[in-house]
Parts: sequence; C-alpha cells; structure tokens
Amino acid sequence: MGTDQADHRLAILGGGVMGTNITTLAISHGFPVVLVDVSEAVLARARETIAQKLRHAQLMGTLPPDRPRGGLVTSMSLDDVADATAVIEAVTERAETKAKVLAEVSAVVRPGTTLISNTSCIPIDEMATWVVRGADLVGVHFMNPSYLIKMVEVIRGSRTSETTMEAVTDLLTSLGRQALVVRDAPGFVINRLLHPLINSAAMLVDEGVASAEVVDGLLEGCLGHSTGPLRTADLIGLDNLVDSLNVLYERRGDESCRPCELLLGKVREGNLGRKTGRGFYDYGRVA
Amino acid sequence: MTAEQAVAPVTAETIEDALLSFLAERVKTSVTPDQDLFSSGLVSSMFAMQLVVHLEEAYDIAIIGPELKLDNFRTVQAMTGLVLRLHDASADASADASDAVGDV
Repeated sequence: MGTDQADHRLAILGGGVMGTNITTLAISHGFPVVLVDVSEAVLARARETIAQKLRHAQLMGTLPPDRPRGGLVTSMSLDDVADATAVIEAVTERAETKAKVLAEVSAVVRPGTTLISNTSCIPIDEMATWVVRGADLVGVHFMNPSYLIKMVEVIRGSRTSETTMEAVTDLLTSLGRQALVVRDAPGFVINRLLHPLINSAAMLVDEGVASAEVVDGLLEGCLGHSTGPLRTADLIGLDNLVDSLNVLYERRGDESCRPCELLLGKVREGNLGRKTGRGFYDYGRVA
Repeated sequence: MTAEQAVAPVTAETIEDALLSFLAERVKTSVTPDQDLFSSGLVSSMFAMQLVVHLEEAYDIAIIGPELKLDNFRTVQAMTGLVLRLHDASADASADASDAVGDV
C-alpha cells in the first residue's frame, strides 16, 4: 500500500450520522471512498449530507489546504469493497447487525486488510469472533463531527495484531487525526464515562430537578464542558444512545446505564436529536 | 411573482433586525450587532452551519467559495455585509439576464 491517499480505497459501511462524518473526513483528505448501505434512500440522503458536511468543514477551516478531494462512490453491495485497502464499519449499534456485516465484509476483502469498527460500546474482542481474521480488527471511535474533532479513541483488542496497529496509525495520521490507544472493555473509556452521564442528565430533567438548558448550562459553565451532556446526546442521536446504553447495561449490569424513560419516550416519538430536528432541544429544522 | 406582492426590501437594516431576532430566539440571549458570537461561546460550530443554511434560504443566495469562511459569520454586522454583497450580486445577474431576454 502506498503512502499516497489516492492509492488507498476506503470502504465505509453505513450511511448514517457517523458513516457520513467519516466519509467527509476521508474524501476531504484525498481518500477515495466506497460508501455502502442497505438502502438507496439512505445513500441518496448521505450524498447530500456529505456535500453539506464538506461545506461545514470548509466553514470551520478544517479542510486540508491544496489536497485534491477523494472520489465518492456509493453502493448497496459489499462485493464493491473487495479491493478496499481498509474498511471502516459504522452501522447501527446492535450486535446482530454488526455481526452480520462484519462477517460478510471480512470474507470479501483480502487477508491483511485493516478492519476498523467505529462501535460505540461493543467490545472489540466480542466482534473479533464474528470476522474471519480477528487479528485484522481494531476499534476506532471517531468523534462527531469527525471532520472537526482531531482526537480519536483507538481500541486494541486482545487479538489485534501489531501490523494492524501500525496500519491504523498510518491511516489516522494521513487523515490528520491524533489517536490515544486504550485496551478493550464495553464502552472503552469515552462512552463508559459519557453515556451514564447523559442518562443521569436525562433523569434529572425527567424528575423535574432542572431543565435541559440548566443541566447543560451547569456542566458548561461550572465544569468547562464545551457542549453539555444533553446537547451532546442530541448530536449523537438518541436512538444510537439508547442502543449503546443497552450494550453497556447488558454487558456490565450497571443500573446507571439502563436507558431512562425520558430517553426511551423521545425515541418512541421519533425525536432523535439533531438529525430529526428535535430531541432535548428544538433545532427548527433537520440539521 | 407579481408587482402587487409585498416583498420586504433587503437593506442592511432589515437584514440586521431579522438576524438579531433569529439569534435571540435560537440562542435565548439578546446579542449586539458587533458582538463576536463565537468567542463569546453563544454560537457553536454546529450552529454556525445552521446560520449558513438559514441565510441562504432566507435571502435566496449561495454562500460558496471564499465567502464560506467563519469570519463572515462572526458578528451580525459581518453576516449583514455578506448577505448584502451576495444579494446585490445576484440582483445584478438577474437584471442582466432579463435585459438579455428583452433583446430577443
């Protein structure tokens, strides 16, 4: 594999919030991308979203200067990623969905192709049992928006090989990201801390202790969080948050991770956060 | 569109007033025209993009190329200047186009 971005061919699986974020990051850094999803409607929306996210990156001054943009191809077939140099999986945070996709893609790509999961909470060692070669699998927890936040959490599973670690480090460097590596555990570091915090913040609102604005205002103003937990929840997507909390609760039995009623109610109503225009806050339009 | 339809004139004053109202509603705080919205922490990077889309839709303009930069959205005054520039350029282009049609 060459060091030139154009020699790569990144396969990104899942055209949702994180799939479009990571695609934006990749093509803005010159990497050709094949974006795969099971729905043509999702892919059509993803193409529009990616165009808008590229504008967002330009607005915020995070586009690398003088780098030709990578091409984008969308597809509904995993056969189109057979020659990928690396795969980034960003499908729904449900074990059965990820298991199916990872098993299929690992059977299609060449041995030694880096398989990256952007999982929020599912342990990498658990996922390694779903793929043909567990040594090729590594976790990379990209932040949202991935094209604005430079730091990523890298999760090394017990089976992840040194070669895979070197390849992912090179890839992340080419993408202009800084990585901190952690060992494997449900939720890793960030979401093991963040998700119960968000769940507790939602419980406080549900109990009438404080409004969402006040909860966020206190964490932003007193603790220096740049974005309060409930604004962060809206950015993540409340459906994804509930799925991730369930993963944590099922694997650790931690009651603070059992999704609270307010969160579940918002998901039932279809108020999923920014992506639907309303969650804990009203965004006026889909943003 | 017909001549009878009432269309609010696009002037610095109307743009500034509309933006101040929009921001007061969305960030729940009143701001001044020269206030730096980003350094004061009132506007996040996510809301910055919403401002772009809002101005494009409200004034039927396209904010592209070198105009798509944060400095153009830092204050209400800067956004007002941007909208006037792009709106005037678009009005000039429309006038040229209608002249051309008139010559046929």
